[in-house]
Amino acid sequence: MAFPRPRPARPELPRKHVRTIECGQGAVRAVRFNVDGNYCLTCGSDKTLKLTHPMCLLQKVNCVQFNEEATIIVSGSIDSTVRCWDCRSRRPDPVQVLDEAKDGISSLKLSASEILTGSVDGRVRRYDLRAGQLYSDYVGSPITSVCFSKDGQCVLAASLDSTLRLLDKETGEMLGEYTGHRSTSYRLDCVLSEQDTHVGSASEDGNVYFWDLVEGSLALTLPVGRGVVQSIAFHPTLPCLLAATEGCVQLWREDTLPAPGGVLSTPE
Amino acid sequence: MAADSSDGEEEDLVNYGTALQPLQEGERIKKPVPLQEQTVKDAKGRYQRFHGAFTGGFSAGYFNTVGTKEGWTPSAFISSRQKRADRTVLGPEDFMDEEDLSEFGIAPKDITTTDDFASKAKDRIKEKARQIAGVVAAIPGTSALDDLIGPSKITIGVELLRKMGWKEGQGVGPRVKRKPRRQKPDPEVKIYGCALPPGLSEGSEDEEDEYQPENVTFAPKDVMPVDLTPKENVHGLGYKGLDPSQALFGASGREHLNLFAADSEDPSNLIGDVRNNRRRKLGITGQAFGVGALEEEDDDIYATETLSKYDTVLKDEEPGDGLYGWTAPKEYRSKKRSETEVKYIGKILDGFSLASKPSAPNKIYLPPDLPRNYRPVHYFRPVIAAGNENYHLQKVLEESTGKLGSDATQQSRHALNASQRREQLGETVLKGPAPSVLEYLSEKDRERLKEVKQASEQQMKAKMLPQQPRNSRFQPASPDDASHKWQMLLGGQLANAGSSDFKPFARDPEKQRRYESFVKSLKQGEKVDTLERYLDPNMTEWERGREQEEFFRAAMFYKSSNSALASRFTRAKYEDDADKVEVPRDQENDIDDKESAVKMKMFGKLTRDKFEWHPEKLLCKRFNVPDPYPESSIVGLPKVKRDKYSVFNFLTLSEPTTSVTQDTNERKQENNSVSKPKKPSRWDISDKEKEKKDSISEFISLARSKADLLQKPPVPTTEESGTKAAETLPSEADNENKDQEQEEESRPSMDLFKAIFVSSSDEKSSSEEESDEEQQPSTSVVDSETTGQAGLPGSSSSNIQDSVAVKAEPGVSSLPASKQEQNNAEEFGPKLPPSFSSGSTWQQETVVPASSPGPGRKEKHKKSREKHKTKRDHKHKKEKKKKHRKHKTKGKHKNKKSEKDSSSDTTDSSDSLSDTDSTNLSPKELLRRLKQLQY
Repeated sequence: MAFPRPRPARPELPRKHVRTIECGQGAVRAVRFNVDGNYCLTCGSDKTLKLTHPMCLLQKVNCVQFNEEATIIVSGSIDSTVRCWDCRSRRPDPVQVLDEAKDGISSLKLSASEILTGSVDGRVRRYDLRAGQLYSDYVGSPITSVCFSKDGQCVLAASLDSTLRLLDKETGEMLGEYTGHRSTSYRLDCVLSEQDTHVGSASEDGNVYFWDLVEGSLALTLPVGRGVVQSIAFHPTLPCLLAATEGCVQLWREDTLPAPGGVLSTPE
Repeated sequence: MAADSSDGEEEDLVNYGTALQPLQEGERIKKPVPLQEQTVKDAKGRYQRFHGAFTGGFSAGYFNTVGTKEGWTPSAFISSRQKRADRTVLGPEDFMDEEDLSEFGIAPKDITTTDDFASKAKDRIKEKARQIAGVVAAIPGTSALDDLIGPSKITIGVELLRKMGWKEGQGVGPRVKRKPRRQKPDPEVKIYGCALPPGLSEGSEDEEDEYQPENVTFAPKDVMPVDLTPKENVHGLGYKGLDPSQALFGASGREHLNLFAADSEDPSNLIGDVRNNRRRKLGITGQAFGVGALEEEDDDIYATETLSKYDTVLKDEEPGDGLYGWTAPKEYRSKKRSETEVKYIGKILDGFSLASKPSAPNKIYLPPDLPRNYRPVHYFRPVIAAGNENYHLQKVLEESTGKLGSDATQQSRHALNASQRREQLGETVLKGPAPSVLEYLSEKDRERLKEVKQASEQQMKAKMLPQQPRNSRFQPASPDDASHKWQMLLGGQLANAGSSDFKPFARDPEKQRRYESFVKSLKQGEKVDTLERYLDPNMTEWERGREQEEFFRAAMFYKSSNSALASRFTRAKYEDDADKVEVPRDQENDIDDKESAVKMKMFGKLTRDKFEWHPEKLLCKRFNVPDPYPESSIVGLPKVKRDKYSVFNFLTLSEPTTSVTQDTNERKQENNSVSKPKKPSRWDISDKEKEKKDSISEFISLARSKADLLQKPPVPTTEESGTKAAETLPSEADNENKDQEQEEESRPSMDLFKAIFVSSSDEKSSSEEESDEEQQPSTSVVDSETTGQAGLPGSSSSNIQDSVAVKAEPGVSSLPASKQEQNNAEEFGPKLPPSFSSGSTWQQETVVPASSPGPGRKEKHKKSREKHKTKRDHKHKKEKKKKHRKHKTKGKHKNKKSEKDSSSDTTDSSDSLSDTDSTNLSPKELLRRLKQLQY
């Protein structure tokens, strides 16, 4: 039974730098795609959020509240709590406070019925609302970023020992380990590509690293900038990457994309 | 009633009920009216609502609304200016329907005989019978008379009595022969208004008086015998129940019949009765629910005032107010009336009699004459003699006691503090806690503090001892000065010091007592040197001086505001159980185990903790997820109360460890089956995962072999024990293959087990392997190095990986960019804390065992597996997997067998285990614990 290779025509990784968006928000701390991948949300060190349209017009759209799900905002904070805020009733106090973590929450993801948190205490906690269970996986090193795989079976956890670990969601077993980047002091993002074929991570050496998810071999190194690449986000459907470094966000696309014209900068 | 048979032919037949009308030709049989249409309708064809079940039901207004179909229409407004005379007063009848005014309505208009005047028997049959009887009877026309005057409601008892010859007003009993009473109007009663014609009343009575035939007997008087039974009830003294004569006929009955009653002997009573009769109720009278048999009618509050309601005759109280009430004999009643004093005193209780002569009036003393120079203000003269030393103290005392001259009062009114005012006003002291801080400490802590204090004091004493002589030199001067100074300072505060609940030395009752007396004497204005006598004479001079200072300080410290503030705090309502603390029921296990598990890259069961977690209901709702625990009210992790300082709080036994400690090997295997440990190979995936259908794991498992093929050159370094054993013992394994395969699902690789028991199993297996084992330490280093030199980017061996990481770190950090990062670090958010104990130290740890045989052997395992794969490369993948599994199981089986063999000398093996595994560092922790628990 031969391994069904993905269609060769399909580009898997963003290898081409398309444009740079000058955000003017100070250092961009996090950059995210929205659900359909049409907008990108950046949050800067000047305490602003900016929603931009990286694909076509590079205009500021709005300053928005960060919202993971339509009805609940879940915020992880440095005081080691995860707070679930209700958007509907707009209660001033959180619906529930998840204070199981022993140290600050560095990363947080939501799925349909799960809350995945990565904490500096070196644990990846998964709150399963449907089953009413809390799964706590000890990784050892402070977690910087967590994310679900697209199929919802695995959990990718980046930790400060410069390692990304792919853990099985159900059993907590390690399925893969990815090293090569540098992550020792900053809260760096890790991503899974849109088809779960590759694992990506920001790095402190100014590159974005991509590994083959299965083989674990380093597939790509994108030279994004000289400073720390702090946040990256992968497009939900396209091989398209946003990388935030220093004060700007860069958009990377697949090779096959016709060149629109280099680095652009917003009229700030 | 039986219908009379109309036809002569059918005389024999007896018919009951009304006959149906004979059916006519061609007429269709009427359908019976269905039940739902059998409704009751009133005269207007409206459905009866059956309001008022006892009055036959009625419907109010138009379908229970008002008036007509259009509803209630208010009458058109007519200005009263023009038509003032037309204004009519609306009565209740104006708002009634016709039905209400009809015979059966609420307010019937027709004149009918009311109940009071209706004849006894209303039904006509009886009437007829009586008419017949009246004709037949001896005196004809009685029934007609009866109809005319017969009172309405007569009970059967009265009727029976009447039948026996009793008449109203007579007593019951045998007739007696007596002289009838002289009936004379009361001389004192004067009759105003029209008096009865004298001839009518007195003449007849006189006649009666004179005519007294001997043989005439009279009916006994209607007098209730005086009840002389002792009082047994709980009614008040003098309580008389309802008057049965009133109850017998009710108010109306009395009015009619009392004409002939006993009271009517009195002519004044006759008038009274008339008056009673005239007390008619005017306006609409009505009773909502009727009056009970023994009740009187309520006073008509709506009655209009008429003159007739007032007494027009000056006379005694109504009869029945005397001692015996209505039961009082006539003689007593008349006698009583002579005594006028009784009137305003009221009833005289049994056993009492009126005093014959009035008591002497109270003597009133005149107020004394005031002296001419009297001024109604009192001056309190202070007791303390004024001295310049005690001036402040005096002032304070004066303030506190309020004994101040008029001039001083004006000044100090504003100078008073809250507590002084409180004392002046006589308010209660606010309940504050004893403000000693020590009160709040636990017993243990207090003792500890005490010990510390004692120790320090002893130290101090020891230190001070040599200094004592020098100190004593200053002593005579210093305490005086100090205390004087203190006294000056104390000023206003001293007033309350020690007075109330302030107990600064509550812990030391002796000292507290001393303090209190000290303060008391201080208040009284004693001199400082005399104050010293309240101090402990056993103490040294220095100590005494110190204590005095302490007392002063304490007195100073205690201000009124202190107590005011203290009152705001209350003692804990409940003994806060310091021993108990609420802790999560499940706690994350010990990190040490996990640390080692992470080190071995055995993620999974070992590193995972699973807790019951209760999400908030709203959260579930928002996530569109059913609440997993619908009946629980817990949110978050369930909590348990435990001892605060229990050892068990800190000693958390990790689950995997305990599971390993199970006695039987079977259990061990089962438990381990769930937690499949990882081999050092980075892509090692357990069988369970392989069987998973999800994309990634399949992807991985498939690619793993590929990757192995590509990356690992098939260089067989040494033959592996497992494979060898598997290959050399195929016959044995074949028999049990099927069983094993079935068990395969539940029982996974024995890798962890092997890792733990590898030495024992290897010992038992063959001499070859042993030799391999022994050789391994030397070769493993070379192996790891060679693989490391192979330069595979994602090197599989953990050791190498770690070492690479360690190597890489300084290299990376020395990059020029890193310096800039440092500069910009703050801009990029807070640096995360350095990885504690797991990052750096952990790596350091692993560097050392890299050369140790343990991981080397693991690597060997891995290699062997790779070798297997290469061998079976040409085969079909699935088959390969299966076979691989087979081999594994075989190996396992063998292991199991060997363990079973060695089960007799487990201790030996474990001993040897420990010996052999002392070199094996990574699972050492696990093993050690396991061993400890096995013993």
